[in-house]
Amino acid sequence: MTPLLEAQNIKKVFRSGGLLKKNETMALEDLCLQIQDSPPTITGIAGESGSGKTTLAKLLLGFISPSEGKVKYNGKELEKLTKNERMLFRRDVQAVFQDPFEVYNPFHKIDHVLTTPLAKYHLAGSKTEMRQMIENALEVIGLQPGETLGRYPHQLSGGQRQRIMVARAILIKPRIILADEPVSMVDASIRATILQNLLTLKKEFKISLLYISHDLTTTYQISDNILVLYKGSLVEAGDVETVIKKPQHPYTRLLISSIPNRVPEKKWMHEDFLPADQSSENKKNMKTACKFVDRCPHAMAICRQKIPPLYHTSPAHTVRCFLYEGAGE
Amino acid sequence: MNTAILRVSNLRVYYDTLAGPVKAVDGVSFDLMNGERFGLVGESGSGKSTLAHALLLLIKPPGRIMDGQILLSDQNLLNLSREEIRRLRLKTIALIPQESMNSLNPVERIKDQILDGVADHSRKLSAKEARDFIRELLDRVQLKPEVADLFPHELSGGMKQRICLAIAISLRPSIIIADEPTSALDVVVQRQVMIALGRMQESMGVSVLLVGHDMGLMAQFADRLGVMYAGKLVELDTVANMFKNALHPYTQLLIECPPTLQEKREFKGIPGIPPQLLNPPSGCIFHSRCPKVKKRCLTEVPNLKEIYPGRWVACHLYSEEKI
Repeated sequence: MTPLLEAQNIKKVFRSGGLLKKNETMALEDLCLQIQDSPPTITGIAGESGSGKTTLAKLLLGFISPSEGKVKYNGKELEKLTKNERMLFRRDVQAVFQDPFEVYNPFHKIDHVLTTPLAKYHLAGSKTEMRQMIENALEVIGLQPGETLGRYPHQLSGGQRQRIMVARAILIKPRIILADEPVSMVDASIRATILQNLLTLKKEFKISLLYISHDLTTTYQISDNILVLYKGSLVEAGDVETVIKKPQHPYTRLLISSIPNRVPEKKWMHEDFLPADQSSENKKNMKTACKFVDRCPHAMAICRQKIPPLYHTSPAHTVRCFLYEGAGE
Repeated sequence: MNTAILRVSNLRVYYDTLAGPVKAVDGVSFDLMNGERFGLVGESGSGKSTLAHALLLLIKPPGRIMDGQILLSDQNLLNLSREEIRRLRLKTIALIPQESMNSLNPVERIKDQILDGVADHSRKLSAKEARDFIRELLDRVQLKPEVADLFPHELSGGMKQRICLAIAISLRPSIIIADEPTSALDVVVQRQVMIALGRMQESMGVSVLLVGHDMGLMAQFADRLGVMYAGKLVELDTVANMFKNALHPYTQLLIECPPTLQEKREFKGIPGIPPQLLNPPSGCIFHSRCPKVKKRCLTEVPNLKEIYPGRWVACHLYSEEKI
């Protein structure tokens, strides 16, 4: 079956600098990803800042185009979509962004972000129907329409604004929602509610989700599958339970062990393990080496000579590391 | 170890607004012991940062320190002149700010920023002394000496935060106040910075007050933990005791609720939202969100009481007079 949204070996290079000094930043390298919408799944993307998470989201939304490779919607490349297909793509694939303060126009009431897409896609027959749809969507995510509609963005809390973005996303009945760090800027007490909202979208509205976050614990809790990115490369992917409970790539292991545990006896502070600073010294060799080699406790000679391929260590688990060379590529 | 270096008693910090005073810190008392790592944990808006800044007398209008005492070896900081306070900062009590990115000067080299405080508080160092001094400081926070000649934008977030650590210890203070020093960093870098802070604390025997919201981080770093809610300290004990047997319902929720990597389960938040500090509810300030609320909690404010040696809790569930 054709996946609804698919990335095929995409690569994104950002170029900067002028005539004399050119800089190239490899933001994303050779990444493949498929999002199916039946059955609905939640795919988590994890990685530290600079790992290419947001670049991936922008590519999948068609905001930027890949330097190499293809992003496909319903099996067709985004750039080749006709105007009507593009409209459909914009409806099927919705986004919830990190900053619930930036997405609103402060001069418009919040009703504006809810009515615009409905009007654009002619989803409501009348004003009353439109109002009814908006109220239903707000109630699904647990907001009182009376307390939110008719207000300006500055009159609502960050958590409320973010939940209105979720309401907006479901209003147009999309098939996929891309959520880029949706809870990193809201207070801990409201975080659980928003995550619960996202799960409702999957369970009741059969919407697939791409959940992008630097926070591994929430990603683990919400996702079915997970992709771990490091400096623009996919280092490990698979079923979330397998990847988190039996991590194979040294970077994934580092990430998991760095989360401070709420059991005081576990000695997180006293392990004599310190990752190297992200230095630029070895950048020259980066193109032909494993990107993690300078920080890796298991680094071997081969890791500096070529980029490891993805090995399938089990049907639902792939890892980009020479330690698993025995497994098939 | 067992003597208090800083005694805070009944501290109140209010922010004046048109609608009346917002009670950000409302009668907080605790002792910071010599050489201990004290954690102060709470949700955003609980007043933990205001408290941290009050200890350095950095509260600016519309904020005011209304009442209370901050005793540093029997001297009440609230009675000092501005000049005396200025001399105290960095030299005796140093701050590691939350946003290292915003607290370093973007147009000054790292070495000059480090020397700035030294020149102001002690004396001007000779070129060679300065070089050795900076080299040793950078070494303490596990940075290479070359970093001294760089500008802040050339450093990563974790490196910048370690520069702030280096500046904080440059005059060998006896107290370091770290206000969410790692909340803007990735987990791996956070661990690196916390290990650097922990090593410094051990080697210099300095007292560290760590302000934060992450219970995991507190469990791993702090010796003793104070839990703040809506401007009040609601529970206080050693980290080990607190995690073994949290008494205040709020602390219990704080420990229990956040998701872990151990097991998948329903997302549970602490029900409700933090109260308005402008018009705090009557009785116990937590009563509207408390799963164990009783009639008495609605009208009577529970005081922070020592229910057994070392364990302080402000909750009617543990008061002597049973209803």
